[in-house]
Amino acid sequence: MKNQSVTNNLDWVSVIIYITLVVMGWLNIYSSSLSLSDDNYILDLSQFYGKQLLSIVLTIPLIFMVLSVDGKFYEKYSTIIFGVALLSLAGLFVFGKTIKGQANWYSFGSFGLQPSEFAKAATALAIAKYLSDVQVNLKDVNRQIQALGIIFLPILLIVPHDPGSALIYTMFIIVLYREGLPPWYLWTGFIAIVVFVLSLVLEPWAVILISFLVTSFIYYKSRIIDRNVVASAIILVLISGFVFSVDYVFDNVFKQHHRDRFNILLGKEVDMKGIGYNTNQSEIAIGSGGWFGKGFLEGTQTKGGFVPEQHTDYIFTTVGEEWGFLGCLIVIGLFVGLIFRVIYLSERQKTKFSRVYGYCVAAILFMHFFVNIAMVTGIFPTIGVPLPFFSYGGSGLWGFTILLFIFLKMDANKVNEW
Amino acid sequence: MRKVLLPTIIIIATILLILRLFYLQVINDSLKLKSDNNAIKIQYEYPERGYIYDRNGVLLVANQPSYDIMVIPRELKNIDTLEFCKLLNVPKSEYIRIIKKAKVYSPRLPSVFLPQLNKLEFAAFQEKIRKFEGFYIQKRSLRDYQVNFGANVFGFITQANERTIEKNPYYNSGDLLGMQGVEQSYEEVLRGIKGVKYIQKDKYNREIGSYKEGEFDTIAVQGEDINLTIDAELQKYGEQLMNNKRGGIVAIEPKTGEILALVTAPSYDPAILVGRQRSRNYTMLYRDSIAKPLYDRGLLAEYPPGSPFKIMTGLVGLQERVIDEQTTFMCHHGFSYAPGRFMKCHGSGPHQLHNGIYNSCNTYFANVYLRIIGKYSNTPYAVDTWSNHVKSFGLGQFMGYDLPTGKKGKIPTSKTYKKIYPGWGYSGKTIISNAIGQGEVLMTPIQLANMMATVANQGYYYTPHIIKKIKGEKIDKKFTTKHVSTIDKKYFAPMISGLFDVYNFGTASALRVEGIDICGKTGTAENFAKINGKRTQLEDHSIFVAFAPKDNPKIAIAILVENGGFGATIAGPIASLMIEKYLRHKITRIDLEKRTLERSLQDRYAKYSGKKTVDSLLISKPKIGDSLLVMKPKKVILTDSMKKKN
Repeated sequence: MKNQSVTNNLDWVSVIIYITLVVMGWLNIYSSSLSLSDDNYILDLSQFYGKQLLSIVLTIPLIFMVLSVDGKFYEKYSTIIFGVALLSLAGLFVFGKTIKGQANWYSFGSFGLQPSEFAKAATALAIAKYLSDVQVNLKDVNRQIQALGIIFLPILLIVPHDPGSALIYTMFIIVLYREGLPPWYLWTGFIAIVVFVLSLVLEPWAVILISFLVTSFIYYKSRIIDRNVVASAIILVLISGFVFSVDYVFDNVFKQHHRDRFNILLGKEVDMKGIGYNTNQSEIAIGSGGWFGKGFLEGTQTKGGFVPEQHTDYIFTTVGEEWGFLGCLIVIGLFVGLIFRVIYLSERQKTKFSRVYGYCVAAILFMHFFVNIAMVTGIFPTIGVPLPFFSYGGSGLWGFTILLFIFLKMDANKVNEW
Repeated sequence: MRKVLLPTIIIIATILLILRLFYLQVINDSLKLKSDNNAIKIQYEYPERGYIYDRNGVLLVANQPSYDIMVIPRELKNIDTLEFCKLLNVPKSEYIRIIKKAKVYSPRLPSVFLPQLNKLEFAAFQEKIRKFEGFYIQKRSLRDYQVNFGANVFGFITQANERTIEKNPYYNSGDLLGMQGVEQSYEEVLRGIKGVKYIQKDKYNREIGSYKEGEFDTIAVQGEDINLTIDAELQKYGEQLMNNKRGGIVAIEPKTGEILALVTAPSYDPAILVGRQRSRNYTMLYRDSIAKPLYDRGLLAEYPPGSPFKIMTGLVGLQERVIDEQTTFMCHHGFSYAPGRFMKCHGSGPHQLHNGIYNSCNTYFANVYLRIIGKYSNTPYAVDTWSNHVKSFGLGQFMGYDLPTGKKGKIPTSKTYKKIYPGWGYSGKTIISNAIGQGEVLMTPIQLANMMATVANQGYYYTPHIIKKIKGEKIDKKFTTKHVSTIDKKYFAPMISGLFDVYNFGTASALRVEGIDICGKTGTAENFAKINGKRTQLEDHSIFVAFAPKDNPKIAIAILVENGGFGATIAGPIASLMIEKYLRHKITRIDLEKRTLERSLQDRYAKYSGKKTVDSLLISKPKIGDSLLVMKPKKVILTDSMKKKN
């Protein structure tokens, strides 16, 4: 077993999709950060594409490191890995460097690391470890609280620096549901989201009226034996409280730029300050691509530098403009393919630990992929979430690579365990 | 069922994304059209900065137009660098360096290539600008100083540095902002808000009108004019009196807390920090670590105040009822407060509060202080009681005035002494130096002036401030809130009468001004420096505090002259002259004026610093007799477009 190659039993379908995505990502970064007046060479480290190429090259030793570690290692040390991740997040409050208004970086000279990108994998490991314990049954309320605690601990540490990344963690709840969390958690979350959006659009009393009508309707429709006046009243009071707290949070806790992002999306505010500029520009860039796009390096919007931060969170606009609808379909297809492949592999895992972990990987990749493209196409408010393997940034690329390859290692190991 | 949820969500979400993309890319044609006309140029319009006037409406600071050459690196095309450099008189190496730096900042956003050209330089460049694609000219307004004094009061204008730009999104590369003085504290009032214009271009780089019918455009908002509380005449006179000396003067109107003059010496002509020489001159001022022309001594010079602090000791003694006006202490050229411990005093004989003040008797106030601290058996409690009385005069704290620099000073509390004497007790005798303003007490000139204002008002003060009026706005409420001291009004009369007789029989009797009743107090602050590695006692700093007239006071003043010696020799005359100038606008004590103006301490300073440093890089102040203000043409003509906006 020891002398076997680290690539033995590796799921090559996933690896090939991974490589394709990384390469396509780099081509788009190259296109979006190419400055025309210069002599360009690919390894120019003062340019984004040069730096990203270096990051990509560095993933090769990283992958070999992840794969050469014994498969049991991740399960054994998951608690410690999680602890280190939490510490590194907490450390940001003291040593964090602020870049573009977000203090979520550790700086080592000219080189920076974003611990939140690595914390996702650590959290996934912690959840898998917790749920794989035979004594843990998610029907037990205490266990439910503990499991949710594992999710909310990193969220609390990340929210102040990077609300977008914190949003990703909520997807772990789906994983908990897969492993036995009662459905009413999901219902509560779903209702909370609906009420949240409604309270932003409508006056508080209108939302409460709607909730009252809906509750009454359900009450009326349900079987007599299930009717419970007290419970219905309590739910209504809770919803009303939530509506007012949303108003309060929106007005007092959110910062102006957060409010603006929601207001623009909801069409509540005419955009006089040009904050809608980003979304507007990114829609124009994507829209101008048409069926087949303008071709590699031919995007006028991309060349003109109209889309701010195009190489990071808005990288998908380059795909949209230069590769068109067809290109978008291919990229989306690759992502969905990879995510389904990971889900498929998860379901065939022998141990609960690796199954849960695989589910987490799929959930994280999906959430990033969906939120990012939804933001770029103007379905979601501007939330700073990178597109996995595509967006510029070493920390992000390495974080996702580690996340994925730890799972592939577990998957490969499963065969060895026979 | 549970297995199906995630795949279902993924499929629904993916379909949603694909539909949205299909709509944007295939169905919606307007986006494609937009992209052809999507090049947008952002044009800023900089409003004129607000003017600065003095309390009487005299214009101090106006504006002049200036021109920055801006560059957008990626738009540079076929530049004849040789011709370009020759035209602007810039070495080629410098050209390469600036362009490189601009590229690092952003190849797409404009950076300043050369700031603050004057009209002539601008005109020469303007003719040929068409040849240099990628460069353009940004018009801004620069300060035009109508006076050559008050540099420390005004502060100066500088380009926003990278840190500011990162922190405050209002500022772009090359934007100007106020630093120090009122330019900094009232930056947002003075600067106004710049206007933004989005101009649409087609894909051939032709301008085709405003973007989205100007929906995103904003109009520049003019900066507001402000009036300072400074009296220009008094400020100028103060700076002249401080010629060839180092130190600070702070004059306050007691009834309002308005700062009438804020002088620091040495200072510089504010005009040297404008234009292309700005950066060179600033570096020179900044690097002068000996004369420190950028250091506002009126606000920052923290010293043990010496004798003026006896006023506090006396007032607290009266308030705590450990003495009354008749309480007498005998002085034998000093006071032996512990075996082998002797505090020297220049006087002798019996002293009460009245002659204790005007003779500045150390023995008397040492005894008062012992009684204050001895009143309670719990020494820390007694120290805190004393400390709270003193702090109610605004001492030992940032006072909250509207200038960007300051020092807290220090009024010790029981905590201070717990740290100094941990574990073992101390008594009034241990800390007796506080009685006469030595020991742990530290004060800045503005705090001294505020103390005098409080005495002049017999028990209250307003937070000192330099803003008198902002056009269209009220000044901060905290400047019109009365702060009442913990000393009862009735205890001020005997103190004031003692301070009055400082001029009649006491340490300042040579400084009287006929017809003006001045109350004052001399002081000296000991100071030390390392000269050739040895701790050496230097000539004392000369301190003087005063207010006048005795009844219905109009001005309270504090003077600090570094290494000036005894308080009555240099600081005292300056105080008398300043008071006379402010109250009468002319000087009767010509002898005193001549002596004071000519008095130079440069030799003394040169000796201390070990090398001959004359504060000569600082533009010398105008001589007496110059008309107060050299008036320049009043309004500056700005761009046509700007005029339309306003």
